[in-house]
Amino acid sequence: MSDDFGAEGPVVLPRAAHALTPLGVSRVAAPHQPTLGQILRPKLLTARPRAHAALRGRVVRIAVLGVVGALFWGFVLGILVRMLTYFHGVPEIGALLAGKLLGLVFLSFLGILLLSNVISALSTFYLARDLDLLVSAPVDWLTLYGAKLVETLVHSSWMVVLMAVPIFVAYGWVYHAGPLFVLVAAGTFLPFLVIPAVAGSAVTTILVNVFPARRARDILGVVTVLSAGGVVLLFRLLRPERLARPDGMRSLVAFVEALRTPSSPFLPSEWVRGGIMSSLLGASDPLSFYLLWSTAAAMIVLGALLHRALYGRGFTKAQESAERMIRARVARYVGHLALAPFGIVRRELVMKELRVFFRDSTQWSQLILLAVLVIVYIFNIRVLPLHGDGISFFLVNIIPFLNLVLAGFVLASVAARFIFPAVSVEGRTLWLLKSSPMPMKALLWSKFWTGVLPLLVLALAIVAITGVMLQVSAFMMLVSLGTITLMTFAIGGLALGLGAVFPQYETENVAQIPTSFGGLIFMMSSVALIGAIIVLEARPVYSYLRARTFGTAPDPAEMAIGFALAALLCVATTVVPIRVALRRLEGAEG
Amino acid sequence: MIQLRALTKRYGSFTAVDALDLDVARGELFGFLGPNGAGKTTTLRMLAGILRPTSGSVAIGGIDLAAQPAAAKAKLGFIPDRPFIYEKLTGAEFLRFVAGLYGQDGAVVERRMDDLLQLFDLGDWKNELVESYSHGMRQKLIISSAFLHRPEVVVVDEPMVGLDPKAARILKDLFREYTRRGNTILMSTHTLEVAESVCDRIAIIQRGTIRACGTMDELYASAATGATGLEELFLRLTGEQAPREVEQVLDV
Repeated sequence: MSDDFGAEGPVVLPRAAHALTPLGVSRVAAPHQPTLGQILRPKLLTARPRAHAALRGRVVRIAVLGVVGALFWGFVLGILVRMLTYFHGVPEIGALLAGKLLGLVFLSFLGILLLSNVISALSTFYLARDLDLLVSAPVDWLTLYGAKLVETLVHSSWMVVLMAVPIFVAYGWVYHAGPLFVLVAAGTFLPFLVIPAVAGSAVTTILVNVFPARRARDILGVVTVLSAGGVVLLFRLLRPERLARPDGMRSLVAFVEALRTPSSPFLPSEWVRGGIMSSLLGASDPLSFYLLWSTAAAMIVLGALLHRALYGRGFTKAQESAERMIRARVARYVGHLALAPFGIVRRELVMKELRVFFRDSTQWSQLILLAVLVIVYIFNIRVLPLHGDGISFFLVNIIPFLNLVLAGFVLASVAARFIFPAVSVEGRTLWLLKSSPMPMKALLWSKFWTGVLPLLVLALAIVAITGVMLQVSAFMMLVSLGTITLMTFAIGGLALGLGAVFPQYETENVAQIPTSFGGLIFMMSSVALIGAIIVLEARPVYSYLRARTFGTAPDPAEMAIGFALAALLCVATTVVPIRVALRRLEGAEG
Repeated sequence: MIQLRALTKRYGSFTAVDALDLDVARGELFGFLGPNGAGKTTTLRMLAGILRPTSGSVAIGGIDLAAQPAAAKAKLGFIPDRPFIYEKLTGAEFLRFVAGLYGQDGAVVERRMDDLLQLFDLGDWKNELVESYSHGMRQKLIISSAFLHRPEVVVVDEPMVGLDPKAARILKDLFREYTRRGNTILMSTHTLEVAESVCDRIAIIQRGTIRACGTMDELYASAATGATGLEELFLRLTGEQAPREVEQVLDV
């Protein structure tokens, strides 16, 4: 087996070139090797028309994308420039704070990149449809590794690159960096992207050798637990409490020392921080560049060696399919009973959704990660120092209101994982759905409710538990529960609608759909929606809290208008995207 | 039972199906023949309501597909050439799901399901996930799903692809018996022997238009070239150049 994928590569026997050895085995001249460029060329050729086709003749879509993208970049840039300008004005520790912030941002990027590379590598190295062709062709193992590594890196990193641009621009702007800063940024960022791509691909290769790739249940289970552990680890590495409460430290010296100490000197994010900050401050720090480039180069070599040793075996295992006997009579009976009022079509659609979800490890295993995130979230609220001297009624009640923003972000990320891909996953079964008399409305109905109901339970649980822990007033509890309910519906509608507007019908891995361009648009739109709801409700909430604090009467008109507008926005964001999705699905051609 | 009127499908400047007119009667088994890229699959997918025609109309059982899609599709069963189905459902669950899409369930569906699965030797695989099925088994499962709700019209794209000889024989018998009972089947195929042996009438389509249509005898008569087999007739009617000598190609 190893010969097929090993150092010599697959063997081709040109008629004239081979001669028999005493053992009857042919010795052949080395076959022609396709280059890395030749292998990657089809990807480039298909990417260009796809991008053109997606945008051709869609002025509104291009305009919306442009505006949303520009707003998002402008927002990130504006906030960062403001923060960095403030830091810049603080003597002694200003640069340390800016550096710390950069380190934290790149530490987050590192976590995201590692996870997304593991997921992408599963597709590109083991499940992609071009692999049958590439593996059966006389392609050298190193060329195949290089091509698939580049593909994995591009798939996993493009969104982080987009996010990083305004960050680099903000730092360069505030610290008046010269044109050479572009080279410095690129010189630190490129190896920073390569390191997690190689590491993620290596983790996937090891996992696939332990479990067959198509039994993604096991792999993703392991990946999820690993990533969940990573989140906790990341949280500890950030040590946010040390920076948030300098008064808790023995002295200013201890605080400055905490700022000066890297989160971990072995993390590439710290090397990026070192390289960028030294360049901005006019100092020279060749060590950071050396560490980044030498580590990236060493990892590519080690990754290639691992690939040579394990890829053949792993690829073979990836071709195995799971066989499982299912006799879910009880579940069917319960499902029939519970869903009877909705009719046969909707009942079957919902039952299909549930079966597919709970039998697909790429889907259900994310629940584990979600549970960890929720626990960390609730724990954080619990340790907030909101009781004791100097903590007012105002502060105790404003926190749960702002808590809605965080809860909204959690909901948006969950919706991106579970609801946004709902339409895309039907791509290859559109022939069946479109040729049946089932109305597309029924399909969207089942997708919406199977996605939104669990999300609603999660949202209400988060808000209610944190509200009780914070001992908020009955009014604020009511506002929080009402807002989160409407927000859940709106985020669910937005996810379903944008998922239909930006479908990924041809995707090989569902887990990649949320990281697509449409997924990014959904996340940015959700952030905008959450922000708008909070802005609309801020006035009436402030009015109520001020009245309670100072013993005055709140203005009922102001409160009614604020809450009504927020509710209206939520209802519109629920209904309009679903209507758009319906039109898209009815017009879709399978 | 099936009426196509000036049915046209364009993709940009390329016309895949060009003003196609066709009538298929109740109880008829109609074959669609044509070279690759002739427009067969596009026509069948428009008939099944998957693709929207650029112009023209489709009627199934006298019901206009564009005006009353649900009523027209309720009379239809479709078997595509690429059998992609939900990998995480079992064969039985998939069939129940399809029956549900047509508003059917209960003991009758269970009985039909068991009978169809037994007919295609899938009885033992009923409770296995589809992801463990071979290409041919998936094709058999999809064929079963198309007959489960007893449609009046079955539209089939390349039915024999991936089937073993026994299943191919069963399918031909099924098609014959189903049309004998007054239902209609429209199938496209590349297998000329299949078309010749089971179809009542055949249409030969090329570059989106019908070049010839009729029974086998009528086709031979219309060609009037002394063709002795369907293959020769097909090549003459489609105006295809004689295949180049194989040796000549391989020697280059």
